[in-house]
Amino acid sequence: MVVWTEQERAFIQEIFGKLNYEEAGPKALSRVLIVYPWTQRYFGNFGNLYNAEAIINNPMVAAHGKVVLRGLERAMKNMDDIKNTYKELSVLHSEKLRVDPDNFKLLADCLTIVIAASMRNSFTPEKQAAWQKFLAVVVSALCRQYY
Amino acid sequence: MLSKTEKELIVQIWEKLLPVAEDIGSEALLRMFITFPKTKTYFNHLDIGPGSQHLRCHGKKIIEALAEGARNISTLTTTLAHLSRFHAYQLRIHPTNFKLFNHCILVTLACKMGDHFTPAAHAAIDKFLSAFSAVLAEKFR
Repeated sequence: MVVWTEQERAFIQEIFGKLNYEEAGPKALSRVLIVYPWTQRYFGNFGNLYNAEAIINNPMVAAHGKVVLRGLERAMKNMDDIKNTYKELSVLHSEKLRVDPDNFKLLADCLTIVIAASMRNSFTPEKQAAWQKFLAVVVSALCRQYY
Repeated sequence: MLSKTEKELIVQIWEKLLPVAEDIGSEALLRMFITFPKTKTYFNHLDIGPGSQHLRCHGKKIIEALAEGARNISTLTTTLAHLSRFHAYQLRIHPTNFKLFNHCILVTLACKMGDHFTPAAHAAIDKFLSAFSAVLAEKFR
């Protein structure tokens, strides 16, 4: 069972409070598709992903980025039981979408960098640690239903 | 594989980082120690508290080595030969730690550069750091 300190909970609430959901999700998803191009394999029906500009301006990437962030918000609202909150999402990613779970970490890292670029120096090392612990729990929950 | 544009971008970015090498290097190290506490096990011989002189000095050394690598991207293996031997035979760092530190360098750059840390810059630097780490780990076995 994951144990959260009061400070970690506060940091994670703060980070979500400062997030512009309309921007952060799309930015993170487009960043992972650009920086780690093999992740594009899961988005064959998204149309033009030919170069960075196309990816950044792709409306399907933007829409899906928002979906991902809303999914993350569910984890934030259920921090003490992310494992069960994500059971169906895990089955979806393993059985239907068939995503190699190593790629979850890449998206998590890109989201961290988008947040760092937005929060600048207020994204202190301590906040980074709490945030990355949260994302590690999320990724682990997503990986659970892979057999 | 780094394109010509990416190599130029990398040289530009590292030249800008050299004057603030202590700040960037020490922050990246501190982020790594706090986010991934197991990495502290390699630094029993140093005082790595926030703001410590050891941290600033060590951070500066790392950024300067990276800048040297950036200036000699096509000859990384020869440029980094001594560092490669040092990491293999003396430091013997578990290779997964290079990725953790590289990630913290990227987070530090994002904090400092904000929107200027574009996806293109991120991709170029990430590729460079991966290539650099691969050379440092080359002689491990």
